[in-house]
Amino acid sequence: MKVHEYQAKEILRRYGVKTPRGEVCTDLSQVPQAIESLDGDIRVVKAQIHAGGRGKGGGVRVTRNESEALQAAKDILGMTLVTAQTAAQGQSVQRLLIEEGIDIVSEIYAGMVVDRAEQQIVLMVSPQGGMEIEEVAARTPEQIHKVHIVPDVGLTDSDARSAAQFAGVDDHLIDKCAALLMSLYKAFTDTDASLVEINPLVVTQDDVIALDAKMTFDESALFRQPDIVEFRDLAEESEAEIAATDAGLSYISLDGNIGCLVNGAGLAMATMDIIKLYGQEPANFLDVGGGATADQVISAFKIMLGNKQVEAVLVNIFGGIMRCDVIAEGLVAALSQIELNVPVVVRLEGTNVERGKEILSESGLVLILADTMDDAAEKVVSAVQGK
Amino acid sequence: MSILINENTRVMTQGMTGKTGLFHTRNCVQYANGKQAFVAGVTPGKGGQQIDGIEIFNTVAEAKQRTGATVSVIYVPPPFAAAAIDEAVKAELDLVICITEGIPVKDMVATRHKMKGSKTILVGPNCPGVITPDEIKIGIMPGYIHKKGSIGVVSRSGTLTYEVVDQLTKLGIGQSSCVGIGGDPVNGTKHLDVVRWFNEDPQTEAIVMCGEIGGTDEEDCGRWIVQHCNKPVVAFIAGVSAPPGKRMGHAGAIVAGGKGTAAEKISVLRECGVSVTDNPAGIGELVKKVLN
Repeated sequence: MKVHEYQAKEILRRYGVKTPRGEVCTDLSQVPQAIESLDGDIRVVKAQIHAGGRGKGGGVRVTRNESEALQAAKDILGMTLVTAQTAAQGQSVQRLLIEEGIDIVSEIYAGMVVDRAEQQIVLMVSPQGGMEIEEVAARTPEQIHKVHIVPDVGLTDSDARSAAQFAGVDDHLIDKCAALLMSLYKAFTDTDASLVEINPLVVTQDDVIALDAKMTFDESALFRQPDIVEFRDLAEESEAEIAATDAGLSYISLDGNIGCLVNGAGLAMATMDIIKLYGQEPANFLDVGGGATADQVISAFKIMLGNKQVEAVLVNIFGGIMRCDVIAEGLVAALSQIELNVPVVVRLEGTNVERGKEILSESGLVLILADTMDDAAEKVVSAVQGK
Repeated sequence: MSILINENTRVMTQGMTGKTGLFHTRNCVQYANGKQAFVAGVTPGKGGQQIDGIEIFNTVAEAKQRTGATVSVIYVPPPFAAAAIDEAVKAELDLVICITEGIPVKDMVATRHKMKGSKTILVGPNCPGVITPDEIKIGIMPGYIHKKGSIGVVSRSGTLTYEVVDQLTKLGIGQSSCVGIGGDPVNGTKHLDVVRWFNEDPQTEAIVMCGEIGGTDEEDCGRWIVQHCNKPVVAFIAGVSAPPGKRMGHAGAIVAGGKGTAAEKISVLRECGVSVTDNPAGIGELVKKVLN
């Protein structure tokens, strides 16, 4: 689960991490008071959306006086921000974070993720603050220092201090920087985070401050993180994604023209791949789970057909313990409640598949039945091309 | 021969009194040697009961001591599943197969750390289990699609594995054992481990590995294969069409920071002499070709 920068900063402040003073505005009427409340002439106006790359997209502006700050707020609030990480149509800006300016001596990087290969949390620091860490890793890997953290030991003071030293922090601020890194680790584990990234972490004359903050959280742990769930911002998710989450489906919208409904994540990806192999593009990833119940199939079709780019649908179900005849009955019950305005190819395989196919062909529904994945891909592609 | 499990394996089900655990244990009992194999259930607080003639114990240690079971399968709900693995490891079982999906990553990081130096093998979590056809099935896969034979199958997914097994069986090609290692980012057994066991198993003549986007386990396996494996390996990597930064159903199926793309995995595997197909419908045929 993703949260906004201002929310990540709120969480980190609870752990003693310093951030610039700032105010959140959801409406222009709140902006003058927010500007007023911050000291100094320099203010930074930052669009709050879940995607990164906001600066390059024009969503972050450093202003030198009140009228510039107000103008920046007017420009950014409500704008559609397109960045390397948003969908092609961009993301509408509903919230602003207005912060006071900071006298920066240097910018460094600090981040934490779970290293899959080592099966441990890893702290990464770099003196190259403000740059994409992937770019630093590719160009100058020697500029990144990694500390793998042993679960029942935690991030030690000496490891945190050497990380701060590596990042180039002045001697008189090493203690402060080390304390901040240890706070980051505490925040990471307490909140079941999957990523925390401070880029840049800025060094001033006498302090170390998180100028930016990004956190994401392990979806599997949300059941025990009610405070984090509170931060979910539905405005950042598409209607389809919200509907899918509510129906217990795993759904991801893609750019193609063939909707696919599959049971199991691996088979769902393989189905997308075979559509591409046959010359078309998948419109979505959709895993209905092992059972593929009628209710889930109804929700899945509604979500897929809500995407106007979808020209045909491929249903690929491998019935294992859940028999094909039961799945076929569910499909028929679901599809007879939905107005199908695109061709639907159904490929069933597995337990009781013959009976399953009989149920489908006797249903009176206009379905194109397929035997193998090859057969299904060929049929759905020619259904689209024959239009 | 086979790997990990055979007709002599004795199994306990952790979480057997729950709906899922009971349903799948009953299915497993019906398969091949299942009646002799499934000898115990473990649910804290429910020790002393019997279900379908299988005795329930309060702890793994007690179940092991009283029945001689050395393998456990876990259906315990996600908040408690890592603790269930810890208990099985502490009781020094040989093999723990964790079916549960949705265990918090932090719990698995702690559990894997505790497992350092342990002899217990963990398969999963978030996996369909392990089957040795006509001998024993431990997990949620449909047993009847399998056929006894000489192909070892290892995969990160459930239904995609069934698809592959079904293709093989329909071509008359049987399997030695099939191992689902699961779709989580932090798990036990890796592709490399399973391929190594298949390489050492005299019954196995060729190996099918199904991978997917995320992590670098498939690449690590490829680099081992080129140096050590003396059996042909056929592979399919799911997610060529998956966009970066999006989690494709499985918690571990995500391309992050440019790492873990299907293209990279396929390229490394091909360099390492693995026969990779782009077509998930053509895995069985490729195995047939490789065998000839």
